[in-house]
Amino acid sequence: MINKVVPNVQEALVGVKDGMTLMLGGFGLCGIPENSIAELVKKRTKNLTCISNNAGVDNFGLGLLLQEKQIKKMISSYVGENDEFERQMLSGELEVDLIPQGSLAERCRAGGAGIPAFYTPAGYGTEVAEGKEVREFNGKPHILESALTADFAIVKAWKGDTAGNLIFKATAKNFNPTMAMAGTITVAEVEELVPAGQLNPNEIHTPGIFVQRIFQGERFEKKIEQLTIRKK
Amino acid sequence: MALDKIGIAKRIAQELQNNTYVNLGIGIPTLVANYVPKGISVEFQSENGILGMGPFPYENEEDADLINAGKQTITALDGAVYFDSATSFAMIRGQHVQLTVLGAMEVSENGDIANWKIPGKMVKGMGGAMDLVASAENIIVAMMHTNKKGESKILTQCSLPLTGVGCVKKVVTNLAVLEVLPQGGFKLLERAPGVSVEEIQAATEASLLVDGIIPEMSLVD
Repeated sequence: MINKVVPNVQEALVGVKDGMTLMLGGFGLCGIPENSIAELVKKRTKNLTCISNNAGVDNFGLGLLLQEKQIKKMISSYVGENDEFERQMLSGELEVDLIPQGSLAERCRAGGAGIPAFYTPAGYGTEVAEGKEVREFNGKPHILESALTADFAIVKAWKGDTAGNLIFKATAKNFNPTMAMAGTITVAEVEELVPAGQLNPNEIHTPGIFVQRIFQGERFEKKIEQLTIRKK
Repeated sequence: MALDKIGIAKRIAQELQNNTYVNLGIGIPTLVANYVPKGISVEFQSENGILGMGPFPYENEEDADLINAGKQTITALDGAVYFDSATSFAMIRGQHVQLTVLGAMEVSENGDIANWKIPGKMVKGMGGAMDLVASAENIIVAMMHTNKKGESKILTQCSLPLTGVGCVKKVVTNLAVLEVLPQGGFKLLERAPGVSVEEIQAATEASLLVDGIIPEMSLVD
């Protein structure tokens, strides 16, 4: 077994430098690597390009990095719910690249799987297709989308073992397994870290080969963006 | 009388086919899940990574790790499954999801849809809408027939940036059910209760085929 454990979040993020490209898992505030984001704020790393489906809210998730103006460019599919984001985008301080969600996921998957580009029908005939190669397959036009990779992919899992194997919980899975494949260095923060052998190999979602560093997060706040309930 | 949002959702629920997988967008489409007709079995997919989405949780039973694509807390039904985003869009792009219901700002008579961007205003992004409309076999749009200024949203040509081209099959509005004809143009299929053909024509900028007597929608709970 190759041991992937690092003692804490500080060690996990050694080597994250100004100007790097980071992938961060999560959908909204669900399944985001909150311990790592808090550490990035402390490290004051600047000029980051962040690939993440969303950009957090004003006071949580990637919104914390935006408040400190640590992000130069966001690559996302949906960036609502964040006033500071809007301000920086409209003033031109922040570059934003909006990508259809499925194309974003597949571009990360392709990056991790060694596929440089692929054709997809999503975005054909829209401004997303501008400047991209169009090719017809089975009578339907598709556009060429390229793979995405990152210097660091930072993901959050429910359980992990010392070999870096990961299990995700419910819809906190989202972009995490996909992005875990696409980092030069992939950092996984987990709620529960167990010795290798304690996770059932049949139930592992992300094989440890994709993970370079794993640590147990100190604290998970798990904020809820839209609390919706029904009456008994 | 023109329908309210619940009325639109109830009418769309009648389009659900037995034993199909359905993706519901944010807004009116989400309401469709509340009116699935008796005897019809469907499974709802939410593109953030669940099949078998259930209703909102009871108070204090919410789980921050279990949400839908609108970031609302939800529950999972028996037989539900969670998956990653790439797999989720493999289901969508690979046409394993039979029906997509989504909202729109504009629909045109060749089936184009615009629902993600208003130039000059804050751009929030397309989320999964472009992948959904580019791939779904069947797309039903749920929306109000006119905008807040009273201008038609059923157009010859969309004026807003497009989300997808030639993809919409049917539109259900507060006034009518419209079909997008394969050769272009809308065909009026049904009227909302008490709404006249003339009222629908007046609210429709696109070319509208009115053939014979147009029945009223029947809305049963």
